[in-house]
Amino acid sequence: MALVLLLFFGVPLLVVVAFSFFDYDGINTNPAFVWANYAELFGSKVTLALYLKTLYFAAIVWVITLLIGFTVSYFLVFHVRSVLWQMGLFLLCTVPFWTSNIIRMISWIPFLGRNGIFNQALMGAGITHEPLEFLLFSDFAVIVAYVHLFTLFMIVPIFNSMARIDRSLIEAARDGGSSGGRIIWEIVVPLSKTGIALGSIFVITLVMGDFFVVKVMSGSHSASVAMAMSNQIAMVQYPPAAASAVLLLIIVSLMVAAILRVVDVRKELAR
Amino acid sequence: MTDKPQDESSINATTTEAGTPASDGRRKFLKTAALTAGAAGAGMIDGFPLVWSQTTKDIKLVQVGGSYSAIKEIAEQATKDLGFKVEMQTAPHDALLNRLLTQPQSIDIADIEYFFQHFLLPKGTLHPMEAKRIKLWDKVVPIFSKGEYPDGRKVSTQGVLPFEVQYLEKPGDKKFATKPTEYITGIPTVYNADTLGIRPDLAKRKIESWAELLNPEWKGKTSIVSVPGIGIMDAAMAIEARGDLKYKDKGNMTKEEIDKTIEILIKAKKAGQFRAFWGTFDESVNLMAAGETVVQSMWSPAVTAVRSRGIPCFYAPLKEGYRAWASCIAPMAHLKGPKLDAAYEYINWYMSGWQAGFIAKQGYYSSVPEMAKKFMTEDEYGFWYEGKAAKGDIKDPYGNLMEKAGAVRDGGAFWDRMGKVACWNTLMDENRYMVSKWNEFLAS
Repeated sequence: MALVLLLFFGVPLLVVVAFSFFDYDGINTNPAFVWANYAELFGSKVTLALYLKTLYFAAIVWVITLLIGFTVSYFLVFHVRSVLWQMGLFLLCTVPFWTSNIIRMISWIPFLGRNGIFNQALMGAGITHEPLEFLLFSDFAVIVAYVHLFTLFMIVPIFNSMARIDRSLIEAARDGGSSGGRIIWEIVVPLSKTGIALGSIFVITLVMGDFFVVKVMSGSHSASVAMAMSNQIAMVQYPPAAASAVLLLIIVSLMVAAILRVVDVRKELAR
Repeated sequence: MTDKPQDESSINATTTEAGTPASDGRRKFLKTAALTAGAAGAGMIDGFPLVWSQTTKDIKLVQVGGSYSAIKEIAEQATKDLGFKVEMQTAPHDALLNRLLTQPQSIDIADIEYFFQHFLLPKGTLHPMEAKRIKLWDKVVPIFSKGEYPDGRKVSTQGVLPFEVQYLEKPGDKKFATKPTEYITGIPTVYNADTLGIRPDLAKRKIESWAELLNPEWKGKTSIVSVPGIGIMDAAMAIEARGDLKYKDKGNMTKEEIDKTIEILIKAKKAGQFRAFWGTFDESVNLMAAGETVVQSMWSPAVTAVRSRGIPCFYAPLKEGYRAWASCIAPMAHLKGPKLDAAYEYINWYMSGWQAGFIAKQGYYSSVPEMAKKFMTEDEYGFWYEGKAAKGDIKDPYGNLMEKAGAVRDGGAFWDRMGKVACWNTLMDENRYMVSKWNEFLAS
């Protein structure tokens, strides 16, 4: 296990780190040890803009997927009585995942387009008179696609930890006169925090590392950190891309560490 | 169309110094070995054609290129005609370039855009071909072989004119020759002159200038390609046409020119000028066909693809001229012996007309147009190459209807289109700076 990890994770990572210090003259990459790639990365206001944009997507998508994920899980665990129905509905949540996520994403394009189904329906119903342009090739479209693609990653872990909550706890609280809201806030949320933390890690890392959804759904109007990297790699500019990858890795690791600091997943799972 | 001294020398100067001595030495050794083997093989070919068929049968050449040129049917026909196997693999530009540089052994025939030569020459990735072994070299369109039109006019050198990277003084050189020599870096395969695609039903008036890309009249209804090096050229054509800037060389901008170009683009983007930036052929077709865009930079077959869905689309000849691109094939440096001989044989087959006829029916041009005639009807050749009205329906190589009888190709005959090239797809000296500014533009 350790060997596999070292071979397929450690070594490639070291290569990326090494490349981030290589010199680069516009066409050729030369082994060296220079800080120029990092100097350029930190010296450029584009870096900050890219991170702000990516974090903006991550934050919005995190909040929405968390709300949906929590609600769906709560419904499945506490309102669906029969285990058969519970599992059936849970599996239903995974149905969209039977198709490729590229297809799921791209099918939004004809739906949201200027002459798309949604605009035609709105205009047909007399709600709007002009097609709504912001629906496609916009941040809105990117967020819609992210939420659609990533909500399941929130549902699964939250469902899993909610299902472990002892029902008698909730009954006791109800007998003691707690309101529904207080039960959710003081019993369900604390006891599902492992699932929330794991789901958050999935969603945030997926959004932070994405370039494809942003590219397609924003029509390249928006950029993300990974998309800038992919533009560099396309022009075989490995060293600056590697430097950018190292920085992204550090930032995402810090985010994950912060989540794990709030919730000790390991302890909770062992419980 | 200015005729300016070459700027490549500066790229080459820096790249020659690059590369560690150790790897240079090894490369040189490999290349010499390959060359000696190649020379020996050449003698064999002349004396006993196909005598070595036992080994030949086992040869497989893998050609990797863009989806528009590495076409399966061409490989099948070549395999049938030649007696050894040719296999096509497609890869998008960026993946192809990365693969050529990092896994050259996985490719036998590189099928690349001409400007890739600037990346590949310093690394010695390709085998410089001997002109005397290419039977039809002297019939190749003079744009490539001489850098001029048949009437002697010079072709625009803005961007990377294929002629600038076409020849080497001798194998192993790290600099391109400035005049025709005995060593060829690549054989032109497909090329075309690109311009703007228009939806005439939505535009409702004539579009005659690249400046229309930035015209507020089409706010939210224009698009350019999102590939940095090409997108910025489309933008430069528009900016220059509008009169904001006069570039010394749109294909090799200075830092200030890049700054100004990006500044104008960011302003236009913030004002909502662009509907989207397209990255693939299909994206460009869908944007046009769905009515998302009215004026958009496009490829010729993409325009036809829109039209074949019954949606009017016009490939407008513009007064500033075309942005041209060209692909070429070349054997990889690691080929030697019978395999290298097979590569030469394949390349000679490639130029002999079948491929030219096939891709002409998709709207592309090939190295020796007259060879295409054998594999096209007179009507087809007249439509695609001579700008004549089609007498019957024009079909693509797969038999799908492309144009109805009576249609004339947008832009007209071969020389009417290729004769008006304003600039070529390119690799700029300030490539790195340009990509980072392009990222700034996307992030804005």
